[in-house]
Amino acid sequence: MNEALAATWSPGRGLSAWLREVRHTEIGKRFVVTAFLFFAAGGIEALLMRLQLSRPASGTVGPDLYNRLFTTHGSTMMFLFAVPVMQGVGTFTVPLMLGARNLAFPRLSAYSYYVYVVGGLLLYAGFSLRAGPDAGWFAYTPLSGPAFSPGKRMDVWAQMITFTELSALATAVNLIVTIFKLRAPGMSITRMPLLVWAFLVVAFMIVFAMPAVVVASSCLALDRLVGTHFFNHAEGGDHLLWQHMFWFFAHPEVYIIFLPGLGMISAILPAFTRRRVLGYDVVVLATVTTGFVAFGVWVHHMFAAGLPQLGDSYFTASSLIITIPTGLQIFCWLATLWRAPLRFATPLLFVLGFFVTFVVGGLTGVMLAAVPLDLQVHDTMFVVAHLHYVLIGGAVFPLLGGVYYWFPKATGRMLNERAGKVSFWLTLIGFNATFFPLHMLGLHGMPRRVYTYLPGSGWHHLNLFSTVCAGVLGLGILITFVNVVASRARGRRAEANPWEADSLEWAVPSPPPPYNFAEIPTVGSRAPLWEEPSSRGVVTGLATDQREVVVTTLLDAAPDHRTILAGPSIWPLFAAAVTGVGFIVSMFTPWGLPMAVALGVPVMVGWFWPKGKPTPLHAEQPGTKAA
Amino acid sequence: MMPASGYALAPAGPQAARLAHVFWVFFAVALVVYLVVVALLLLGVLRPGAAAVDEPARLRLVAVGGVLTAFTLIGLLVVSVRGGHELNPMRGAKDVLTVQVIGRQWWWELHYPGTAPDQEVVTANELHVPVGRPVLLQLVSRDVIHSFWVPELHGKRDLIPGHDSTTYIQADRPGVFRGQCAEFCGTQHAQMGFLVIAEPEDSFQRWLAVQRRPAPPQQELGAQARRGQQLFQRGTCVMCHRVAGTQAGATMGPDLTHVASRTTLAAGSLPNVREHLRRWVADAQSVKPGSHMPPTPLSATDQDDLVTYLEALR
Repeated sequence: MNEALAATWSPGRGLSAWLREVRHTEIGKRFVVTAFLFFAAGGIEALLMRLQLSRPASGTVGPDLYNRLFTTHGSTMMFLFAVPVMQGVGTFTVPLMLGARNLAFPRLSAYSYYVYVVGGLLLYAGFSLRAGPDAGWFAYTPLSGPAFSPGKRMDVWAQMITFTELSALATAVNLIVTIFKLRAPGMSITRMPLLVWAFLVVAFMIVFAMPAVVVASSCLALDRLVGTHFFNHAEGGDHLLWQHMFWFFAHPEVYIIFLPGLGMISAILPAFTRRRVLGYDVVVLATVTTGFVAFGVWVHHMFAAGLPQLGDSYFTASSLIITIPTGLQIFCWLATLWRAPLRFATPLLFVLGFFVTFVVGGLTGVMLAAVPLDLQVHDTMFVVAHLHYVLIGGAVFPLLGGVYYWFPKATGRMLNERAGKVSFWLTLIGFNATFFPLHMLGLHGMPRRVYTYLPGSGWHHLNLFSTVCAGVLGLGILITFVNVVASRARGRRAEANPWEADSLEWAVPSPPPPYNFAEIPTVGSRAPLWEEPSSRGVVTGLATDQREVVVTTLLDAAPDHRTILAGPSIWPLFAAAVTGVGFIVSMFTPWGLPMAVALGVPVMVGWFWPKGKPTPLHAEQPGTKAA
Repeated sequence: MMPASGYALAPAGPQAARLAHVFWVFFAVALVVYLVVVALLLLGVLRPGAAAVDEPARLRLVAVGGVLTAFTLIGLLVVSVRGGHELNPMRGAKDVLTVQVIGRQWWWELHYPGTAPDQEVVTANELHVPVGRPVLLQLVSRDVIHSFWVPELHGKRDLIPGHDSTTYIQADRPGVFRGQCAEFCGTQHAQMGFLVIAEPEDSFQRWLAVQRRPAPPQQELGAQARRGQQLFQRGTCVMCHRVAGTQAGATMGPDLTHVASRTTLAAGSLPNVREHLRRWVADAQSVKPGSHMPPTPLSATDQDDLVTYLEALR
C-alpha cells in the first residue's frame, strides 16, 4: 500500500518536479531556509550599523547608506524574515500535527512561496542598485511621498510590502481551511495542539491586519505614481491617516510574529518536561484574547503625535491589558516547568532563554504603554532595545529552539547538541549584552535612526560595548547556521520520535514520506502519541491511487466526506511571475496592472484546467478501525 | 558650553520631573516582577523532581498570578494617567512666553513674536528661555515630520505638517540643555540638534533686546567685513539667508542677523568658532553630507573676508 501511496503523492524527479513541488513539507522548508537567508542579510546590515555607531563621528558608513541600511534591516526582518519564517514553520508543522497529508490548497502554498521570493529579490535588487528604500520600514509620509523621496526607492518598498502581504494572506487562508477541515478524525477543536491554535489565531490576524497595510502602501504608491493626494495635507490629505493605517497593521504584526513563538514553546515543553502543558484552556483563551486585543493597541506608537488625551488613556489601558494573557501563558509554562524531570537539550535551553530575555521586553513594553514614559523614550535607543527583546527574545529564541526541535523531522538527521549548546550560550549572552545597554543610551537621550553622534555626548562607551557584543551574538547565530549545514550532510540519523514527544508529527518517519501518514490516524486525546498504542485507531477506505483525503467537521472533527487535493503544478510559479511583472511594472507606469490582468487570465486558465478524466469516487466508504 | 546629550532622568523642569517620577515607579515594579519570574523559573528548573503534578492546585496559583498581574496593571494605569494629566500644569498660566518653533530639514527656526512686525525676533537652533517662566511652544512643520525633544525639560511632541500643535515647557534652573529631533526626517536627521538656553529673566530680556536690533550698518563694519558683506550679497549666500537691515531677505536657510551670537553651527553640530565657520561656509557637505547648504568655492582671502563679516553679526 505504501508503494501505491508513494507513487500517487511523490512529485517526480528533476528540475521540473522541483519547480512544480506542492508538498507542504518541501514548501515549508523552502520558506524557512529562504527566511533564514534574509535573516543573515538583515544581520549583516545590523552589524554594519553597529560598526558605524561604535565610535562618535565615525565615517565608516555615510548618512545615505546608513539610512538605507536601517530601512532595509527593518523591512527585511519584519517582512522577509519574521513573518515568512512563521509561515514556513506553520506550513511544515500544521498538516503533520493535524494528521493530514497536505495543506488544503497545495498550489496556493507554492504560489505563496514564490510571491514572497519575488518580493525579497525586489528589495535586494533595489538595494544593490542604490535604489533601496531609505525612509524607514514604517515609511512615514510626507518623507516617503513624492516630494521628499523622489526616485524609485520608496516604490521598491511599497511594492515589496504588497508582495509579502499577498504571500502572508495566501498562507493564512490555507492554514485556516486546513486547520478547520483537514484534522484527523477525533481531533476535536479542544484536542488541537497549542501550536496549531497559535497558527489559527495568527492566520485570522493576518486576514484582518494585512489589508490595512496593502491599502496604505497602495495609496502611497498612487500618490507617488499618479499624483493622488491621500497623504498631501495641502490638498486635504492627512499624514496621520498613514500612521493609523500603518500601525493598525504593524502592531498586530508584532503578535503575528510573536504568537507562533509562544506556540512553539507550548509544543517544545512537553517533550522535555515529560508532562503536558498545564492549563490548556488558559493558554488557548490567552492566545485568542491576544489576537483580539492586538487590534486595539496601535495608537501607542503615536503618543508623541499629540492625539486627544482621552484616546491616549484608552490605548494605555488596552496596551496594559494585553500583558495579562501573555502573563498567564508564562505562568502556565512556569507551572509546567516547576520541578519537572527535565531533559536539558538545546530546544529546552532556547525556551529557558526565552523567559529571561522576553520578560525584559514585556516589562519595557508595559513602560512604553504609559503615555508619560513613552514621551521620553519614544523613538530612542530604549525602544530599539525593547523591540529586540520582544522579537528576538519572544520569537527568535523559541524559533531557534524549534529549529533544533524539528530539524530531525524535516531532514531525518539530528543537529549536533554540543554546537547547539555553544550557540545557545553565545546567543543568550551576546544578545543581552548587545541590547541591554541600549536602554541606558535611550534614557541618556540617544535617538533611533541616527548615523552619527557628537564626541561629547558620552554615548561612545556603551555603543562600543554593544558593537563588540553584537559580534558575539552574530557568532552564536553563525554556529547554528554551520550546525544546520554540517548536520544535514553528516548528522546522526533521527528516528521517528527522537524526543519522545506527544504530537502527531512524530508518528511519521523522519523525514516524512510524500504522503505523510501511511494511514490517517484517529485521535482520542490531546497527547495522541502518549496514549496506549492499543487505543489508537486509523482511517480506512481512502483511495491510494489518487490524492484523496478525509474532510472532517469543524468542531468535533467527525469524518464528513472525502476530497481530492491538487497535485504538482508549474502554474503557481507562472502566476507568481505574472504577479511580479504586474507590481514591478506598476512602479513605473499604471499600465502594469492591466498588463498583469491580461497575462493573469491565461495563467489562471492553465492553473484550473481540468486534467485527465474525472474518476468516480470508489465505492468503499471511509471508516475507522483500531491500528 | 555645548552639551551633546541630555538625560531624561536629570529633570530641569516640572514636566520632565513628573515623567522621571513615573519612570521610577514603573522601573521599580518591573524590577520586582522580573526578579519574581526569574526566581520562579530557576527554583523550578534547578530542582528537578518527578513528583506527581496536582494540576488544579497549580492552576489556582496561575490564577493568583493573573489576578496579581491585573491589579498591578491597574495601579500602573492610575500612575500613568495621573502623570499624563499633570503634564500641562501651566495651562491657563499668566505671563507665558510664546515661541513659534518651525522644524526644517535639518534645523530649527525660532520666532519670538514682538508687538510690531519689526520687533519679531527670528533665530535658529538656540531657544533662549527665561528661568521659571512657562513657555508656550507653537510647533509647526513645513516639510516632513520632526519631533521636538529636550530630555531634561519634557518628552517629545511631533511637528506634523498640517497638524500645528502646542506644548509647554519650563526650565526651573539656569543651564544649557540639549535638544534633538526625534522623528526620522531624512538624510541628516542625526544632526538636527538644538540648544535650550535657560537664563534669568533680566539676561533673557537683554538677549531679546539685542536680537531685535538689525545687523550693524555698513559704516560700522571694518574694511574686511565690508568686503565680506559684498561677497555675501553678490554671491549665493543671499539666495537663502536673511540679514535684517540689509538687502539679504531670503528665508530658505537660517536667519543670520545675529549668527555670531549663537554658540553652535549646523543645528548644534559644531561649536561656533572661526575655523568651523570657515569650514562650514566653504564645504558644508563635509560636515553634514546631504544638507541643503551648498559648498561656496572662494579664495582664501575671500573666505577670510566673508567669515569676518559673519563674525561681525553679533
